[in-house]
Amino acid sequence: MTNGLLKRAALTALLATSALVPAYMAHAEDEAAAGAKIIVTYKDDIATLDPAIGYDWQNWSMINAMFSRLVDYPAGTSVIKPSLAESYTVSDDGKTYTFKLHTDVKFTNGRPLVASDVKYSIERTINPKTQSPGASFYHSIVGYDAMVGGKADALDGVKVIDDHTVEFTLTQPDATFLNDLALNFASIVPKEAVEAAGGDFGKKPIGSGAFTLKEWTVGQRLVFEKNPDYFVKGRPRIDGYTVEIGQEPLVALLRLQKGEIDIAGDGIPPAKYLEMKNSKDFEGMIVDRQQLETSYVTLNTQVKPFDNVKVRQAVNMAINKDRIVRIINGRAVPANQVLPPMMPGYDKDYKGYPYDVEKAKALLADAGLKDGFSTELYTSNTDPQPRIAQAIQQDLAAIGIKAEIKSLANPNVIAAGGTQGQAAMVWSGGLGWIADYPDPSDFYGPILSCGSAVAGGWNWSWYCNKDMEPRAQAADALPLPAKAEERNAQWGKIFTEIQEKDAPWIPVFNERRVVAKSKRMGGEDQIYIDPTRVIDYDAIYVKK
Amino acid sequence: MAFVVARRLIQAFLILLGVAAITFLLLYALPADPAVLIAGRSATPQMVANVRHELGLDQPLVMQFLHYLGGLAEGDLGRSYTQRTAVLPLILARLPATLILMAAGILVEVVLGLTFGIIAAVRRGGFVDRTVMMLSFVGVSSPQFVVALLLLYVFAAKLGWFPMSGFGTFGHIVLPATTLGVLGAGWYARMVRSAMIDVLNHDYVRTARAKGLSGRRVIFRHVLPNAILPIIAMVGIDIGQFMSGVVVVEAVYGWPGIGQLAWQAIQQVDVPIIMGVTLVSAFAIVVGNLLADVIAPFIDPRIRAQ
Repeated sequence: MTNGLLKRAALTALLATSALVPAYMAHAEDEAAAGAKIIVTYKDDIATLDPAIGYDWQNWSMINAMFSRLVDYPAGTSVIKPSLAESYTVSDDGKTYTFKLHTDVKFTNGRPLVASDVKYSIERTINPKTQSPGASFYHSIVGYDAMVGGKADALDGVKVIDDHTVEFTLTQPDATFLNDLALNFASIVPKEAVEAAGGDFGKKPIGSGAFTLKEWTVGQRLVFEKNPDYFVKGRPRIDGYTVEIGQEPLVALLRLQKGEIDIAGDGIPPAKYLEMKNSKDFEGMIVDRQQLETSYVTLNTQVKPFDNVKVRQAVNMAINKDRIVRIINGRAVPANQVLPPMMPGYDKDYKGYPYDVEKAKALLADAGLKDGFSTELYTSNTDPQPRIAQAIQQDLAAIGIKAEIKSLANPNVIAAGGTQGQAAMVWSGGLGWIADYPDPSDFYGPILSCGSAVAGGWNWSWYCNKDMEPRAQAADALPLPAKAEERNAQWGKIFTEIQEKDAPWIPVFNERRVVAKSKRMGGEDQIYIDPTRVIDYDAIYVKK
Repeated sequence: MAFVVARRLIQAFLILLGVAAITFLLLYALPADPAVLIAGRSATPQMVANVRHELGLDQPLVMQFLHYLGGLAEGDLGRSYTQRTAVLPLILARLPATLILMAAGILVEVVLGLTFGIIAAVRRGGFVDRTVMMLSFVGVSSPQFVVALLLLYVFAAKLGWFPMSGFGTFGHIVLPATTLGVLGAGWYARMVRSAMIDVLNHDYVRTARAKGLSGRRVIFRHVLPNAILPIIAMVGIDIGQFMSGVVVVEAVYGWPGIGQLAWQAIQQVDVPIIMGVTLVSAFAIVVGNLLADVIAPFIDPRIRAQ
């Protein structure tokens, strides 16, 4: 383990350095009650448990705990470790990854898991027929383009060497490839079960993870039971969990208070947050942690007058972020740059644009807009987003900008942002960018790169800086973990420069995530708000 | 009679076809592109195009609609975009819960409405009448989500008489059905009261009284049957009303019906589910009105004579 890797772990997991993890686990082992079952509630239906499809924060945790992947993160950390793979090697050029699989792993239908299952599962995620929202994570595997283009049914870049060895070949070194393999989309599924389900694998899932799906009553509950043959010893630490669906967050909190449930998955509605946080009744029941998230306003670099960098810098100086954080009862910290503070590459020394109304006015005058202008601000219509948009609107009015608020349902905001020349400004709250894994490249490729400035894309600033593209590629080619520090430094510079020179965003705040749990639930906060899993069902337990 | 039913069935079919066409057009006029939402935030244009092709969204609108109608004829409501499974089973799995809730809600409103309406009519002008009418006014004016949360807080959270949320036992249905019924009960009480007062002023009631019939017999034998007709027509209309009302009530009480399904689908632009729930609701409203029309002649000979 290199120094760089240790530093990265410390940064990303905040409290849990890799040295501390085994200690707390050993401690926790003693106080877990045997045979416990818990109840978790959510408001919305669980859409699907198909690992190639599921991509919302309710089903993400459940899928994660039902399936296994070649590599994974130990509880509460962001350091990749072998999982289904016993070990792996990376070639010197960083283009070939060879994984040795455990020999004793079985799917919960009883069949042993072999290397051809790995090939099948990755191909299934990339296959256009699957319509997986995660397919593009695997773009660096040889043969990806042919498969997405419909010219091939198999991936040349995944080879089955023998029953327990599988080899991946990439078109170029990709530092985040192991992170990609730890995502749910790379979960290993048994072909025969997928085919038997006839398109309904998401309702009849079979994996090799810590839990199996015992019962699913549509609209009411999902019952998960411990997989007795799970290959990770000592996991999971509960015998099962039931997810109850259709529970209003406020009702869930009342039930939590009465001890009827163990985890209120939707957290605490913003309006109740301060009241509960200060209430004696809820002491020790609220988990409140930073996550890898930035909420921002995109400034459309192709729409007048935001095509002028001075205007973008001016509005950056016009926003009172402290006041906005107060609007959401302090559930966030003000942001000054693209990356969130827990992300490697975050620049502690960069101060961003100050809140300075006079300077903002001067910059506008410089741009020839002394009298201001009229524009539009798009926002999601669920509370508290419209209130935040109003605060931004007032701040803009103070420098003479009249912003009309367009408050729409989420899918319509996404559509407006992804339409060329339409949305001058979009407030990203409620749709904000939460990183898939703790790597800074995740904040560039999909939301700030030239490739993402396309119709239907998420680069709502329509920002494209040709000078940045080769630098981003160079940083991405630096292999992990050997060059982690250099890589993070390069990425950090890229994001600081984008914001300082081009200002395509107003970074507003980094939101915290809140989960409420019963007093009998044990374990550190980070397994309830895990950086990569949300709730870590493998690791949570009930106290004796 | 058979002719009337046949005519109404043809009308029902045309109404459903119209509902399907209008919903389809409205949903496709939305700016949100389901293919973009499905393909995920990192998708390239090629991948979005792939998804669009898989869903058949790259075909002309008319073809898409005909294709949808073709599916309907075979009882296929299409596949959900988000849940990636057939829509019909999703709706059928949730429909019983909604029907049970509606039936219970109607029962509550009819029982409460009749009881209070009769009491108010008999004691009209007095203290009881005024109290009942004031309460009914409160019932009619209360937003359902407020009533729902209030009942939940008092009877489930504080007193613990009923479970807070969920489905399965008799206890689970009391609060949601009461919430649904309170609103209608206010209307019913007022309707019953005025219909009764109207009938009470008729000559035959005076005759019945003059014959020496007891007050109770006059009310239940002569007044109520004549005053109840508008109530039956209202129940038919209520089925439609409740289809929209259940959305709020189902959400607050975690009741696993189609209202919840529709609400979630709308937020996610899951067109096939929205279409399916709309069609099933329209079907329920048509059937409800049809039933009210068919039943009325059996209760009132005057309509039969027409």
